[in-house]
Amino acid sequence: MEVPILKQQHFLIATVQAALTDEDLLKLRDALVTRVGKARSRGVIVDVTALDVMDSFASRTLRDLAHMIRLRGAETVIVGIQPEVAFAMVQMGLNLEGVATALDLEEGLAYLDHRVKLTDFGDRSRRR
Amino acid sequence: MSEEEIFAEATSVYDNYVEALETGTFEALQSYSRNLSERIIPRGVETHEVVGIVLLLRDVLARSLFAKYQEDFEKLNRILDAYEPAANRIANTVAVGFVQERERIIREQQEAIRELSTPVLQVRERLLILPIIGAIDPQRARQLTEQLLRGIRANRAKVVVIDITGVAALDSNVANHLVQTVEASRLLGAIVIVTGLSPEIAQTLVTIGVDLSKMNTVGDLQGGIEEAERLLGYQVGPLGESGQRT
Repeated sequence: MEVPILKQQHFLIATVQAALTDEDLLKLRDALVTRVGKARSRGVIVDVTALDVMDSFASRTLRDLAHMIRLRGAETVIVGIQPEVAFAMVQMGLNLEGVATALDLEEGLAYLDHRVKLTDFGDRSRRR
Repeated sequence: MSEEEIFAEATSVYDNYVEALETGTFEALQSYSRNLSERIIPRGVETHEVVGIVLLLRDVLARSLFAKYQEDFEKLNRILDAYEPAANRIANTVAVGFVQERERIIREQQEAIRELSTPVLQVRERLLILPIIGAIDPQRARQLTEQLLRGIRANRAKVVVIDITGVAALDSNVANHLVQTVEASRLLGAIVIVTGLSPEIAQTLVTIGVDLSKMNTVGDLQGGIEEAERLLGYQVGPLGESGQRT
């Protein structure tokens, strides 16, 4: 199942609607990494509210996605991880290290706004 | 216990005993022992006392049988054949009734403790505190985590202060669970600050080598709340004389 990617000003928003196969995940990753350059986006939000399982492949793909997008000069936030999913993930040792997370879409947008403002005034090369 | 009470109790014990011996049915005895346990457990009667008394009664009755039938060895033998299993069963019934009653009380208390165990409280917009008091076992730790994660969702919390001043000891399992809770909260977009680690707990954690590098810790609850307010962008200070902020 394809994940729609919406452009919202400087940000891209990908909302996962249903459980994804490994292949779908890779497609999503590739699409976002490509689109972020084309659209000259400053941030990417991946909304996983609809997922009630997150296995090791999914979390590794999301982590890779975030790191790739950072290399392309933008920020990534994963939003909407369910409480049960979060706890199951850390029990399996999947903690999305180095990836920003937020409660929901609204929070994710607020976080990206904040980050973008920081980088506008600050030194871009100093970004983590 | 007053003298009348003792007499009444002794009479009913004797009556029940004799009834069980005569009829061979134990229902009345069972409900009597349950009823008795209900009354004596709050007085702090211990298992060994109850079992001791029942066994004593059994032996006293056996002695009286010996005394009565010592002339006729055959008859004594037959009587003992009938008496011993019944007497043992009586002892068994009373002891089991007592222990079951005690277990029921313990279960009820555990339930009660679990229910009032740990509130997740909102102290400011987007700031939750979770004061933990008493011992944490794996089951309680799990329940805490679930409550906290749900609380973060429901209150849209950004910062959570977990205060463990009231926790006397942590083992490595629970410590790791705490670390997992911190990570799971982060996945929901909340920062966790842990406060009130006692010197003993700090020592244990370092000695057993739990990785606490991902945990924000602040000395006490006040410090934790101040740190949380700073993270949320609050500035809290005393008002000047005119009621204006200084």
